[in-house]
Amino acid sequence: MGVKLLLDKAHVPGIRFFETYRKEGGYQAVEKALKQMDPAAIVEEVKKSGVRGRGGAGFPAGMKWSFIAKPEGVPRHLVCNADESEPGTFKDRYLMEFLPHLLIEGLIISSFALGSNDTYIYIRGEYAWIVDILEQAIDEAKAAGFLGKNILGTGFDCEIYVQRGAGAYICGEETALIESLEGKRGNPRIKPPFPAIEGLWKRPTVVNNVETLAAVVPIINMGGDEYAKIGVGRSTGTKLISACGNINKPGVYEIEMTLSVEEFLYSDEYCGGIANGKRLKACIPGGSSVPILPANLLLKTAKGETRLMNYESLSDGGFASGSMMGSGGFIVLDEDQCIVKNTYTLARFYRHESCGQCSPCREGTGWMEKILKNIDTGKGKMSDIDLLWDIQRKIEGNTICPLGDAAAWPVAAAIRHFRDEFEWHVTHPEEAQKRNYGLAHYADPIHVPA
Amino acid sequence: MSKFNDEQLKEFSRLVARYPADKQKSALLPVLHLAQDSFGGWLSAETMDYVAELLQISPIEVYEVATFYSMYNLKPIGKYLFEVCQTGPCMVSGCDDIIEYIGTKLGIKPGETTTDGMFTLKTVECLGACGYAPMMQMGKHYREHLTKEKVDAIIDECRNNAAVNN
Repeated sequence: MGVKLLLDKAHVPGIRFFETYRKEGGYQAVEKALKQMDPAAIVEEVKKSGVRGRGGAGFPAGMKWSFIAKPEGVPRHLVCNADESEPGTFKDRYLMEFLPHLLIEGLIISSFALGSNDTYIYIRGEYAWIVDILEQAIDEAKAAGFLGKNILGTGFDCEIYVQRGAGAYICGEETALIESLEGKRGNPRIKPPFPAIEGLWKRPTVVNNVETLAAVVPIINMGGDEYAKIGVGRSTGTKLISACGNINKPGVYEIEMTLSVEEFLYSDEYCGGIANGKRLKACIPGGSSVPILPANLLLKTAKGETRLMNYESLSDGGFASGSMMGSGGFIVLDEDQCIVKNTYTLARFYRHESCGQCSPCREGTGWMEKILKNIDTGKGKMSDIDLLWDIQRKIEGNTICPLGDAAAWPVAAAIRHFRDEFEWHVTHPEEAQKRNYGLAHYADPIHVPA
Repeated sequence: MSKFNDEQLKEFSRLVARYPADKQKSALLPVLHLAQDSFGGWLSAETMDYVAELLQISPIEVYEVATFYSMYNLKPIGKYLFEVCQTGPCMVSGCDDIIEYIGTKLGIKPGETTTDGMFTLKTVECLGACGYAPMMQMGKHYREHLTKEKVDAIIDECRNNAAVNN
């Protein structure tokens, strides 16, 4: 049983409400931060903690905070990115739904550290019921004097508002999110200027993920140095993983980043193994954008080392034999799953979500979807596989925002590791339609629990 | 043409008050949600013009936003909207069978509405419920771990509610 810093109280009855949350030690970090620390000291603790952005990019949060410009007389803003839309990812939803006050507490401290008097939570439009949960938590915190004017008599004023999006994956990209918050289409901005200099309404802005901001609470409570002792290397603290697909126990788990992938996948404490007694075929370990890994490369690196659930280990081997931690969306595919079809649904997703600004992404995602659909439905040609490879290469790195890369990587990795399955779809169009793969080599490796 | 009633205008004021005085366009997305919920579940050109007038922005600024985001319906929908997720994680958990089952049961294809105007079926991309798949959004809430039996029960529930409310 690993240490839990975020979800340790998730199962306390009534923890969603202020009274219980407070009784369980909630809002002590706000008291400590606002009464005993100044903003610079809080930024310093977050830097020391080494906590990295939990939305997917993994950028050190303390460093991001230190970039915020402070021009005289210009308001600054903190924006919480709750636009969780990466397929396979549903951890922020869990946190907001069950521990809304943990997020609010983290937001108050972070707003104080950054000098934000008006802080916004931008939440994906589909999470409509969570808006009510968050607004209730905000009202409760305000009634108790933790939000509003002159918080705890410190002279610090802070309001938190919840803004609903309306269905657009791209708004998880921070500059698209800012555009959306300004009431516009979610078209990412060209950087620089970065939001820390020119963000919401051209004011200095920091955008952080829900989980990152919630982690500020334990960081303040225990101190940055203590937080940094949990985990390994540059993967400090704990990480929420949302596990889904063909496993016995889908759900949200808080892990220490020293945990092995094998233990996470097969132990009863976490995923509980592959569902229905099937064998593992592949896994997308960090949300749909990151490279898919075949079973053998998931559990061990190419060098034969045990792969761990952390930033460094999951990316060990680069894209040739590794993947990424990403957003922590852990998608498991069993031996019956079709890689071509899975890749097709992801390509369709990215085509649907491309904002249309950059031609390589706008056109390329559509081409990839059509070609993959052809291959999946038995109308593909052998040359289509090379064409797909060529298109994804021409998208990657050639767009304003990372959606282009996010669309390219799943296609590239699927071809890299499962090219024979694509070829088989071309050579056996009818059998492929019956989802009868006949691919003996996927039975190997067979996982033998230790 | 429909206009917000007093209660809806109060909500409109609450939404606009969150932003600096000269930045009320920021309220556009929430106000469009309010308008869609208030005027039959979709946004007509008249409704969008009305929102533009309320926020003192040009109609084109509303159209370009309304057409960008997938949650705004630009044509009438049925009384109940079933939005079934079809992205990877739901696909590996069997959403195709659920989509086909709903379609067959209601006699419609994704994107269509039943002739009695009761149900609209839509396929959507990832809704962040991957661990509870297959799933769909229905109004403000999610219906998760869908099975054929659950779909039957939901459809019955909708029909019963509609009968009671009529």
